[in-house]
Amino acid sequence: MNDALLSEDQRMIRDMARAFARDRLAPGAGERDRTGKPPVDLLREMGELGLMGMVVPEKWGGAETDALSYVLALEEIAAGDGAVSTIMSVNNSPVCAAIAGYGSDAQKERFLKPLARGEIIGAFCLTEPQAGSDASALKARAERRDGGYVLNGVKQFITSGSIAGLAIVFAVTDPQAGKKGLSAFLVPTEREGYRVASVEHKLGQRCSDTCQIVLEDLFVEEELRLGAEGEGYRIALANLEAGRIGIAAQSVGMARAAWEAALDYARERKAFGTEIINHQAVNFRLSDMATQIEAARLLVHNAARLKDAGIPCLKEACMAKLFASEMAEKVCSDAIQIHGGYGYLRDFPVERIYRDVRVCQIYEGTSDVQRIVIGRALAAS
Amino acid sequence: MDFELTEEQRAFQEAAREFANGEMAPHAAKWDEEKIFPEEVLRQAAALGFAGIYVSEDVGGSALSRLDAAIIFEELAAACPSTAAYISIHNMASWMIDRFGSDDLRRRYLPDLTSMNKFASYCLTEPGAGSDAAALRTRAVRDGDHYVINGNKAFISGGGRSDVYVTMVRTGGDGAQGISCIVIDKDTPGLSFGAQERKLGWNSQPTAMVNFDDCRVPASNLVGEEGDGFKIAMKGLDGGRINIGACSLGAARACLEIARQYTQERKQFGRAIAAFQATQFTLADMFTDLIAARLMIRQAAAKLDAQDPEATSFCAMAKRFATDAGFDICNKALQLHGGYGYLKDYPIERFLRDARVHQILEGTNEIMRVIVARRFLSQDVTP
Repeated sequence: MNDALLSEDQRMIRDMARAFARDRLAPGAGERDRTGKPPVDLLREMGELGLMGMVVPEKWGGAETDALSYVLALEEIAAGDGAVSTIMSVNNSPVCAAIAGYGSDAQKERFLKPLARGEIIGAFCLTEPQAGSDASALKARAERRDGGYVLNGVKQFITSGSIAGLAIVFAVTDPQAGKKGLSAFLVPTEREGYRVASVEHKLGQRCSDTCQIVLEDLFVEEELRLGAEGEGYRIALANLEAGRIGIAAQSVGMARAAWEAALDYARERKAFGTEIINHQAVNFRLSDMATQIEAARLLVHNAARLKDAGIPCLKEACMAKLFASEMAEKVCSDAIQIHGGYGYLRDFPVERIYRDVRVCQIYEGTSDVQRIVIGRALAAS
Repeated sequence: MDFELTEEQRAFQEAAREFANGEMAPHAAKWDEEKIFPEEVLRQAAALGFAGIYVSEDVGGSALSRLDAAIIFEELAAACPSTAAYISIHNMASWMIDRFGSDDLRRRYLPDLTSMNKFASYCLTEPGAGSDAAALRTRAVRDGDHYVINGNKAFISGGGRSDVYVTMVRTGGDGAQGISCIVIDKDTPGLSFGAQERKLGWNSQPTAMVNFDDCRVPASNLVGEEGDGFKIAMKGLDGGRINIGACSLGAARACLEIARQYTQERKQFGRAIAAFQATQFTLADMFTDLIAARLMIRQAAAKLDAQDPEATSFCAMAKRFATDAGFDICNKALQLHGGYGYLKDYPIERFLRDARVHQILEGTNEIMRVIVARRFLSQDVTP
C-alpha cells in the first residue's frame, strides 16, 4: 500500500489503529482465544479512539471519517485480533449505520450516541435458524399491542448477543406482505423477554460472543420501531455494502498478520543449512501471499472509494468480500505450512488466525451468496 | 489392475467400520474437547488386530499387507482421524522393530505392542531438525554394553504417555549415515517430557517433547546396525505416509457423507440447497477428488507391498495428493454447512482441524515434492 495515495487524516487514523492493535490487542489475543471472554474494556478504549462509530457524524457521537479511513482502521484492528475486529465491524455497520440512516433524532440521541462512542455495544438480530443466506424467509413475529409491539422468535449467530446494550431486531409485522411485511426494532437488551439462549462454541473468533437469542413476549413501544412499518427488509439490505467491505478489510488484516508472522519465521528458521526464506519454494510462496493480500486490499479500497464517492458499489463490495475472504484462508493456511509443525501449535499466532479467518467466507453472506449477487449484476448488465 | 477389494479385505473393512461406528464415532467429539487419549478403545482396536496390522504373526501381529492397512485406517479415521492416526504411528514404530530388530528385541517388545499393553512412539523430529531430518543432533555414545543418550525430540505423538520410544540418534558423524535407531523405555532414568502441546487438532493423542539426559540404554535395544537408522526411519515413513493419507481419506469421506445429508435437508430460497447447481458441482468435485486420492493411496500401498523400486516416490505422491484433497474436501463440507459448519455442534470443524496436520507431518507436503522431484529428475522413471 503506497502511503502517498492516502490523505494526512487517513494515514493518521491508520497509524493510530495500528499502534492500538500492536500495543493493546495483539499481546492478549491468544489468551482471549483460550478464555473466550469478550474484551469489554478494550472495546471501551476503542470507543474513546473513535473506532466504534467511524463514519457516524460527530453530532451523533461518531468520528465522521470517510469509508476508506474505516477500512484502513479495520484492517489494522483485524491484524491485532480478528475477533475484536468483528465486534467493531458489526457495531459500525450494520448497527450504527442502520440507526444513522433510518433512525429519528430521538432514537439517534438515545442509541446512536452511546453506540458510536463505544459506551454500549450493538447487535444486529436478523439471521434465524432456518433463514441464513435467505433473509426473506424470516419467522420472528412482531404483533401490535397497546402502543407498541410484542416480539417473539429465535435469532441465530448473533454477534455480541450477550454483551450488547442495544439489539436491532427484525421481525414480521405482516405475514401476508412478504418482504414488505418485515420491520426493524430498537431493543434495549435489558428488556424482559430478551434472552441469551446460548453462547456458541466455535472454531475461531472465540472472544466474540456469538449467541442464539430468544425473544419471548418482548414488548417494545412504537417509538422503538426503526423506520416505517414494513421497511425492515430495506433496512436489513441497506448496509450490505459497508458490511461486506468491512469483512473484506478484516480478511486482509488477518491475512497480513499471518503473512508477517510467516515472514519473520522464514527469516529465522534454518533447514538444510540456510534460513528457509532462501529456499525458492518458501520464497515464492511468501511472494504469492504478499501479492494476493495486495490485490485484495485494492479491491477493498476500490469499493470504499466508490462508497465515498456516493456511487452504488454492491457488486464491488461483494467481489472484495469474496476474493479477500477466500484469499485470506489460503494465505493463513500457507502461513501455517511455512511454520511446519510449529504452525499447528497454539504457541504461534498463525493457528488462531487461521481459525479466526475461516468464518469470513461465511458471515455477512457466504461466498456463494456473494456469487449470487455478482452473478445477478452480470446477468442484468 | 484389479480395483475391487477381495472378499477378505471387504470383511475386515466391514469389521473396522463397525468398530469405528460403534466404539469411536460416538465419543470422538468428547475426546477432542477434553483431550482424552482413549486407551481402552485403543486396546479394543488392538484385540481386532489393528495395533500390529503388518507385524509378523509370531509376535501377535496380523501379518496383513499395506493395502489392507490403508483400508482399515480409512475406516477408523472416518470416525476419529486423530485416534486413527495415533494407531498408525504405533503400527509404524512396531513394524520398524519387527522388520529390522533382532529376534530378542522383537520378542521383548512386540507382544506387548501388538496387544497395546504398551504404547509406542516414533522419535525423529527435533526442535532444530524437522524437514531436514538428517541434521538431527540427539547423540548416543557407546559405553560398554550401553549407549548413553542426550538430546531432545519434538512433536512426539504419544509423548508423555507411550511406554516405548523408537528413537533416531546420532552414533556417528554428520549426515544420514551417522544415524542409528534404538528402542528406549519410558522409565529409563534421565528420560523426561515437555509440557503437553496445545494444538489446532489431533487432541485425542498427546504430543510432547521427549528429553534424554544421560539415558543409559542397553546396546541390545539397537534396531538394525549402527548407521542404519535413517534408512529405517525413512522405510517406516513410506508406510506411515500411506496410513496418514488413508486417515485423510476417512476424514474426507465422513465429511462428504455429512454434507450430502445436510445439503438435502437444508432449505434456502424455497428448495434444498442440493438442488442448486453450484452445490451439486461442489459435491461432484469432492466425490471425484476423494476417489482419485483413494486410488493413489491404494496404488502406492500395492507398490510398497510388491517392494517396487518406485514405492517411496509413489508413497510421497499419494501422501501429498490425498492429504491435500482430504483437507480440501473437509473444508468444502464446512462451507456447504454455512454458519453451522463453524460451530462445534457439527463434527465438520473437528475433521478439518484434525486433517490439517496431515499436510505437515510424516514429512511435510513440501518434502513430498522434494522426494518426487528428485526421483523424477533422475531420468530413470517414465512419467
